[in-house]
Amino acid sequence: MPLVFCIIFDCIMNIELFFQYVAAGVTYGFIYAIVAIGFNIIYNTTGIINFAQGEFVMLGSMTAITLNAFMPLSLAIVLSVLITMLVGAVMEILFFRWLESPSVLRMIIITIGLSIIIREIALAIWGENVRALPYFTGNEVSSVSFAGVHISPQVLWVVGICSVMVVGLQVFFKYFRYGRQMRACAANREVARLCGINTKNMVTLSFVLSAGIGALAGCVVSPITYSQYNMGVPLAIKGFTVAILGGLGNSMAAVAGGLLLGILESFSVWVMPSAYKDAIAISIMLLILFFRPAGLFGRKEEFSLKEF
Amino acid sequence: MLKIRNIEAGYGSIKVLRKVSLHVNPGEIVTIIGANGAGKTTLLRTISGLLRPWSGEIKFNGEDITRTPTERIVRLGCALVPEGRQVFSTMTVRENLMLGATVRFGKDRREDIERDIEWIYDLFPRLAERETQLAGTLSGGEQQMLAIGRALMAKPELLLLDEPSMGLAPTIVKEIFNYIVRLREELGLTVLLVEQNARSALKVSDRAYVIETGRIMLEGRSEDLMQNRDVQRAYLGRDLDREFV
Ligand SMILES: Nc1ncnc2c1ncn2[C@@H]1O[C@H](COP(=O)(O)OP(=O)(O)OP(=O)(O)O)[C@@H](O)[C@H]1O
Ligand SMILES: [Mg+2]
Repeated sequence: MPLVFCIIFDCIMNIELFFQYVAAGVTYGFIYAIVAIGFNIIYNTTGIINFAQGEFVMLGSMTAITLNAFMPLSLAIVLSVLITMLVGAVMEILFFRWLESPSVLRMIIITIGLSIIIREIALAIWGENVRALPYFTGNEVSSVSFAGVHISPQVLWVVGICSVMVVGLQVFFKYFRYGRQMRACAANREVARLCGINTKNMVTLSFVLSAGIGALAGCVVSPITYSQYNMGVPLAIKGFTVAILGGLGNSMAAVAGGLLLGILESFSVWVMPSAYKDAIAISIMLLILFFRPAGLFGRKEEFSLKEF
Repeated sequence: MLKIRNIEAGYGSIKVLRKVSLHVNPGEIVTIIGANGAGKTTLLRTISGLLRPWSGEIKFNGEDITRTPTERIVRLGCALVPEGRQVFSTMTVRENLMLGATVRFGKDRREDIERDIEWIYDLFPRLAERETQLAGTLSGGEQQMLAIGRALMAKPELLLLDEPSMGLAPTIVKEIFNYIVRLREELGLTVLLVEQNARSALKVSDRAYVIETGRIMLEGRSEDLMQNRDVQRAYLGRDLDREFV
């Protein structure tokens, strides 16, 4: 308890610092949310957790960094997102499409294998160097002031682009034909086939979509978090925590869960060495799995009703 | 229209269908009756491609569809309403109907599809009132109507119905059977109907097959089967022994 008072006291003394932590928390929170939504999309159509989700984020940012040497930033980002989507499609077509009613466990093991392979390939291509995309506007030291609080413009980019992605996905799933078909596939695969929906194509589409959002998220955070061949691993763990936190399969809950985890992590640095940051995510995940297996926001009945 | 020859199918190593042959002519309503576990659902799933037959041949309008994927079979004009009122429960009534028309996108104009949704609403006025309601919150009878409406949205020539009356109150059952007759009259729809509710099914159908442990035991015109003693005893619930005492 005294600790909490300490923090509150600190905050009041240090309102500027407080908002800085919030901003950092929100930045990371949105990334976790996007990774979690990537998990959800594939989970909803196939019932599996794609452990290579973090690798999509890594591929997106690393490819953009390489391409940026030859072309303007915006073009490099668009191209790298497209390339990562292609990787997602190829991955699904080569490793999942031809399986005849595979078990969930078998598919999950394939995704773990793929994540290792992709990481090794990335290591061979890019080495262990830490790289970063340039800031989209300004540089490391430029900042925007909000009521006396200074935050990096890149944070606004992250928040803006990720929000657009979240809203865009909702619109896609609700109003677009293929979005509706993906939801049908998630709700009842067999009946979806009886409606004439090519469920195999929907699974490919779900990989493409997850790869795309992961890659774009990887690009927008790269200036702040930096990129390296193995950056996908912690992101996958955090994203998975958030997906579980929100109750697997639900996008809006993933956003809430992501922000919660991001902000918790960010404030944890205030009271604990930052090395413990990752431990927080894992502890939260374990606690939730113990006490609320359907997630913080999920109800048991809803657990069986998958929605995007 | 549909011709099945010597189909054998099952799950894993368990054989469920044993050399089943049957046919459905255009414009007919054909019923399949049989006890629980006789293999009726398995037969319909095999026809619609959800289950690969081990051997035998299925032809639809002269085309061999034995190994054709489900999506394509629907596109060819053969739609199944699966057992147990399966609707997309997290989606609205309207979305369910739109999904039923999946095979027509790119082929038919949007206005035609919209018009057919209105037509389904005319047919099942109860669905019209619940257009924006989630399908999972509909009553059992309404869900069955929605499942049928969704299959009709694909504009099939042949409709396969798996126990449409299961678990519904007698008045709703009657209503559903009336719809089946109406669909044939209004659209010239051909129907292959699986039913436990043998009496009602035989009343509305032209011909019928009796299936027992994966074999077709009897076939004939529905009136004739209704008079058949074995059928009466086994499926129409008439206790002949007591009647003749
Ligand atoms: N997925 C499955 N895996 C293994 N066996 C199955 C499967 N589905 C059905 N069976 C078996 O196949 C047999 C026939 O089942 P089917 O569902 O076709 O019967 P049915 O005639 O439709 O019965 P009901 O009137 O109860 O619906 C049963 O013995 C059943 O146990
Ligand atoms: Mg059955």
